[in-house]
Amino acid sequence: MSKSNNDKLKQDLKARFGNQSEAWQWSRTFGMDCVVIPREQVQDFFSFIKQNHYFDMLMNLTAVDYPGREKRFEVVYELFNVLTANRMRVKVLVAEGEEVPTLTKIWRGTDWFEREVYDMFGIRFSGHLNMRRILTHHQFVGHPLRKDYPADRQQPCTEAMPIFFDYDPRYKDDDEEGIVPLNIGPSHPATHGTLRVMAQLQGEKVHRAGVELGYLHRCFEKMAETHAYNQVIPYTDRLNYCSAPMNNIGYCKAVETMLGVEIPAKAQAMRVVLAELSRFIDHVVCIGANAVDLGALTGFFHLFTLREKVYSLFEKLCGARLTVSLTRVGGMAQDAPAGWFDDVLATSKELRQGVADIEKLLSNNKIWIQRCSGIGEIGPEEAVEWGYTGPLLRAAGVPLDLRKTDPYYIYDQLDFDIPVGTTGDVFDRYLVRIEEMKQSLRIVDQVCKNIPEGDFTIRDKAIVLPEKKDVYGNIEGLMNHFMLVINGLRPPQGEIYDATEAANGELGFYLVSDGSGAPYRLKVRPPCFAIYQSFPEQITGGLVADVIAILGSMNLIAGELDR
Amino acid sequence: MAQSTPFPSQTDVDEVSKSFAFTTRLDDLVAWGRKNSLWPLPYGTACCGIELMSVMGPKYDLARFGAEVVRFSPRQADLLLVAGTITEKMGPILVHIYEQMLEPKYVIAMGACASSGGFYRSYHVMQGIDRVIPVDVFVPGCPPTPEAVLDGVISLQKMIGDHKPRPWRDNWVNPYEQKQ
Repeated sequence: MSKSNNDKLKQDLKARFGNQSEAWQWSRTFGMDCVVIPREQVQDFFSFIKQNHYFDMLMNLTAVDYPGREKRFEVVYELFNVLTANRMRVKVLVAEGEEVPTLTKIWRGTDWFEREVYDMFGIRFSGHLNMRRILTHHQFVGHPLRKDYPADRQQPCTEAMPIFFDYDPRYKDDDEEGIVPLNIGPSHPATHGTLRVMAQLQGEKVHRAGVELGYLHRCFEKMAETHAYNQVIPYTDRLNYCSAPMNNIGYCKAVETMLGVEIPAKAQAMRVVLAELSRFIDHVVCIGANAVDLGALTGFFHLFTLREKVYSLFEKLCGARLTVSLTRVGGMAQDAPAGWFDDVLATSKELRQGVADIEKLLSNNKIWIQRCSGIGEIGPEEAVEWGYTGPLLRAAGVPLDLRKTDPYYIYDQLDFDIPVGTTGDVFDRYLVRIEEMKQSLRIVDQVCKNIPEGDFTIRDKAIVLPEKKDVYGNIEGLMNHFMLVINGLRPPQGEIYDATEAANGELGFYLVSDGSGAPYRLKVRPPCFAIYQSFPEQITGGLVADVIAILGSMNLIAGELDR
Repeated sequence: MAQSTPFPSQTDVDEVSKSFAFTTRLDDLVAWGRKNSLWPLPYGTACCGIELMSVMGPKYDLARFGAEVVRFSPRQADLLLVAGTITEKMGPILVHIYEQMLEPKYVIAMGACASSGGFYRSYHVMQGIDRVIPVDVFVPGCPPTPEAVLDGVISLQKMIGDHKPRPWRDNWVNPYEQKQ
């Protein structure tokens, strides 16, 4: 994780805000600067920061509930600089019933994040145009991420939500001539998950569009608060289920950074191989599904054969195909079986051939190019504004990849390139993904040829369970196992935001520990949540047939979108 | 000519036809056709939906069991394959889709979430789809392996072939209409 460096910013803030800034409390935890500002100054503060280009992206926005305090909630902003990968955290303390000024006029990408905070905590943002629930259903009462809401109190939803656009200030109830309402989803073949698009059509053109999400809101964050650290790992599998191991890695990395441990070289190598194979299959699913939606069924069968090959590797490694849960805090759950890395190398050759086949099928295919090029275009500034990360941001021309700009594990020792697009349209996104698949295979080959010797996990008795032969074989092992299961591993008090480059972009985990055996608060910053916000704007004015192409190219995974 | 035999009444026909094995054999024929040409509606919502793609895709290939005609319109499908977590928000939509399907219709709950809510014992997840629609076959696993799903489809085929529909589906009423 990068160390944030904000000395110049501190001086400039002092010059700009003068005496006001003296009351702000600065702190530094786990290498990250954090400042607490009063809520009245929120808009001035952030517009100053953005206009002077200290930080150009608001990476994450969330809240934490501390019922005992006078000011009950902390609203937490994570800032990010796309060029330098510098980070900073800003906090605002809010009491029950108080409102925070909205940031939607400064960063449009904060729209849904603010709605989520309202939905989960009941904190309202003044000036937000559409302050209504986003993840839970419209008949839901209460705010589930407050500490006094029981994790298992269900509330039935008795009717589906109708199509509506009331929140749009330009919307008038008396319909214009020839406007047809159209509802797509939440169970629709082209949405690959539980996405719902509500649109108004004028002929073949999309006149107005809105999206509704939360149909797969499985309460990941509340579940994390009620489970021990290692028990959260299976839940992370089911965030982005197309590349489950990457979520495991991202989460474990956050906890490990908090504990201050470094995992052994072999575990790092295994994690990199797993991550790159997952990136490969994630892109496979994205391109395959996108092609099927546009009528290219052959590509689907080719691509899914490749995916089955990778799944066979996972199965050989740990017995599971999709949801592997192979990482543990401190390393891996088990070592790779003998010869596994050679199998990976052999499979990698086949995968490379497979990618070449796909390119033959699609890259020069006239129909594919005509359907994909020129739609969903987005410029670099706009993409950063919305909070784009990953392949979509790179397709728009911003070479941001945490593996390069802020390397973790062994990525800085590996030789690979970051593909960048020019226009950000659907065809560029496809090309970037294809190139990333090849680069991933390059990484896999390099790592598998030089697997380091040594252990696959650290052997800290306070963190990692002893091996089974010790548990059954000697009293120390048994005691160790018992204590760790009963007490759980306990990171020190504090908070951390740690991110990895997942297949869709920056997958961040904001983790607050109160020193107990379960996370006090765990917030996931899913890449496609920020990306999907821009979707209504991207499709408005375009053809209805392009809606599906754009939707497919965004690779929206409902599991991480709704959590 | 004076005495013509009266035309047999409907009850007589029913009685007479029961003495032949005719009806049963037609049932068998129909069931044979039904079980080998299930048209599934893949209601994939989550991780299981991804694994369901493998079931449909090469290698596992559900087509071998006659169920490859995937229909996304409920009016053209007779097997609702619920693959993935159903949340409370999704409940009314699932019931709506189920109601739109024509008889005879069957439901497979694929995976732990669809069967019981799985390990999501949480405020927004329905604890099993059998709370709102009748389920014929539950397939365990998180997610189930493609082999397990194939086994579930084969169990359903056996059920259709044996003329043993699940008794609870006859008494089913829409739970959301009941509450209002």
